[in-house]
Amino acid sequence: MGNNGDENRKREMNLWEKLYFPEILHGMGITLRAFFRPKFTRQYPEERWVPPPVFRGRPVLVVEDETGVERCVACGLCARVCPSLAIQVQAAETELDKERYPELFEINMLRCIFCGFCEEVCPEEAIIMSKDYELNFSDPKDAIYGKDRLLTPASHLSDRLAFLKQYR
Amino acid sequence: MAKVTIEGKTVEVENGTTVIRAAAQAGVEIPHFCWHPGLSVAGNCRMCLVEIEKMPKLAIACATQVADGMVVHVNSEKAVEARKAVLEFILINHPLDCPICDEAGECNLQDYTYSHGPGHSALEEAKNKKPKRVPLGPNVVYDAERCIMCSRCIRFMDEIAKEPTLTFVERGDRVYIDTFPGKELNNPYSMNVIDICPVGALTNRDYRFKARVWETSSTEGICTGCSRGCNTNIWVRNNEILRLTPRLNSEVNNYWICDNGRLNSFGHVNSEKRLNTPLVRKDGALQEVGWDEALSSAADALKPFSKDEVAVIGSPYSSVEDNYILQKFAKQVLGTTNIDFLQHSVDGDEDTFLIRADKTPNAYGAREVGVSSSKGTDVKKIFELIGSGKIKALYVMDDDIVTSKETEELLAKLDVLIVNHWVESKTTQLADIVFPSATFAEKYGTYVNFLGRVQLSRPAVSTLEQERVPGRFNMSRLDNFGSAFDKWNKGQRRNVRSSWEIISAVANLLGGKIRFQSAQKVFDEVAQTNPSFKGLSYAKIGAKGAPLSKGPVGKKSKEETLV
Ligand code: SF4
Ligand code: SF4
Ligand code: SF4
Ligand code: SF4
Repeated sequence: MGNNGDENRKREMNLWEKLYFPEILHGMGITLRAFFRPKFTRQYPEERWVPPPVFRGRPVLVVEDETGVERCVACGLCARVCPSLAIQVQAAETELDKERYPELFEINMLRCIFCGFCEEVCPEEAIIMSKDYELNFSDPKDAIYGKDRLLTPASHLSDRLAFLKQYR
Repeated sequence: MAKVTIEGKTVEVENGTTVIRAAAQAGVEIPHFCWHPGLSVAGNCRMCLVEIEKMPKLAIACATQVADGMVVHVNSEKAVEARKAVLEFILINHPLDCPICDEAGECNLQDYTYSHGPGHSALEEAKNKKPKRVPLGPNVVYDAERCIMCSRCIRFMDEIAKEPTLTFVERGDRVYIDTFPGKELNNPYSMNVIDICPVGALTNRDYRFKARVWETSSTEGICTGCSRGCNTNIWVRNNEILRLTPRLNSEVNNYWICDNGRLNSFGHVNSEKRLNTPLVRKDGALQEVGWDEALSSAADALKPFSKDEVAVIGSPYSSVEDNYILQKFAKQVLGTTNIDFLQHSVDGDEDTFLIRADKTPNAYGAREVGVSSSKGTDVKKIFELIGSGKIKALYVMDDDIVTSKETEELLAKLDVLIVNHWVESKTTQLADIVFPSATFAEKYGTYVNFLGRVQLSRPAVSTLEQERVPGRFNMSRLDNFGSAFDKWNKGQRRNVRSSWEIISAVANLLGGKIRFQSAQKVFDEVAQTNPSFKGLSYAKIGAKGAPLSKGPVGKKSKEETLV
């Protein structure tokens, strides 16, 4: 038998512990007490947790409700700041006043570490952290979120936008 | 000579030198917008204000000449305060546009605002509106809101392009740049105004919004658009060339490059017609094969012919190394003197500034290493001999020699036609064996311009054979940290090889002994055996090139200053 534990952490048991039986009762006592405590487990997925606005779920792109145009101007700062190189932005010209828009915007959710740097650096408040924490894929390709899955109306993100206004 | 002390550093400069140039010699940077070392002094931006002892007020470094014993303070409190105020003034009406602006990342105003700026504006008033997205010409788009009215673009057109086209219109905060009535900014050098514009007011129609500068790598290259061989930076992202910009070389092109070279000299590298695998004609059609098969087919095809029945055609588009190996192959292995290359001169399409009639980068070099008819048969004669059936096999390197219907018919008469080329062309369509070769951007190679200056071009695009590795390539951040699984890191790497490698391999299969490990080694042999290249090496050529040891040489070296 190998001894890979830390020698210093070994402790001699006292008499009560050596007797064994009282310790079993002690353990059952702990279990019994937990019966009468309030429950905090949840029946997921029937019961889902809605995170508070401070939560950093997967980043999404904000679309203005009135115009239906994304805020992003494809400046590329989020892609530059992203520590895990999760974001790819390809800019193109638009006829709109803002001149520039993302022709392609992809976030690789296998790379993203939910740090929120992209949200912090964005000069247009165009990429923000959503409440979505349910990410599962059966193919690495599915983990690359394009504009179709990133664009989200501002009205769905009002919590986070209000939070950012207050604390940033 | 005058002795001046700038920021505690004493330098001796010639009388009449301006303070800003003296500072550059002393290694002190003085921020500036309107001053450009290649243009006249305008002195309108006031960004280069410095404190000079015994002068009652701050002076602009770009227009003040040095005097003996002058003491200049660039970073004294007074000077720093003044520059802050100048920046705040420039920014009064400058839009907060950096996220949209193409210049961001390489913008002088952005950099100086970051390093010298006040960090806030005292003004709350709305910024004024001016014309945006104005096409000044076919290649240049102007944004008046971003323009800081430095007049560099105006001076460039007046002084360098020598075709006054641009001018200020209106006054005060309504001033903006426009072309003279009825004029368009379509000069062959017009796009240089984009590089010298210190802000994002002038943008490149071809490159607008394509990429951020920090996503790309930049590699020192040589423009292959004509025999001037302007020095360039090649900007690459995801293994694709996105743009070329001029690189300072006072012996060749100074700060400038022509629009044709900038826009059209790299199209073949990214071309859809790029050859990507060796081809061999089987049952009348060209079929894709592996390298080994193609190389041995080439050797087998050439074997039966005697030295008078074969000819080789070199290329003024290819490097010195490629042409050197080709002539070695012709003379030592094939034993023929039927060797020459095709001229590609467009008479009349030249000017007194940069553009040359010879539209190839290396005609001088090819001739110099022995791809020439001086002792053998020239192209015209080779074609005649093909016509009369005396020459039965032809090896063409990196050139499309089908210039007319007649040549097409002539080449069809050949028993064997072997071609190295980068794109599919009329010549490759007629060929029996085609090798895909590396372009200037995919290999180390030297080119000799019409002045006899040897210049080195480094690889900027990786190939299947040559992975993008630090040391050999300049790397962007994405190159450094991307993995093979990232979509944005999967840029095509083509299955091509340098022509000198291909030809050496064919030569060795025919019993030759042409063994070099790298283009650099090939060049070393050229330097040892060819008196014109005596004493030269890649290290000696460096980024700025070096003259051949004989022949016409560029004007005498000038000091090179900061932009
Ligand atoms: S930082 Fe914002 S505006 Fe810039 S590309 Fe990212 S999301 Fe778009
Ligand atoms: S949250 Fe962090 S890791 Fe995820 S995309 Fe944004 S910057 Fe990148
Ligand atoms: S010109 Fe420079 S400072 Fe002005 S918007 Fe463009 S990048 Fe920003
Ligand atoms: S367009 Fe650019 S170069 Fe021309 S005046 Fe304006 S800032 Fe200067």
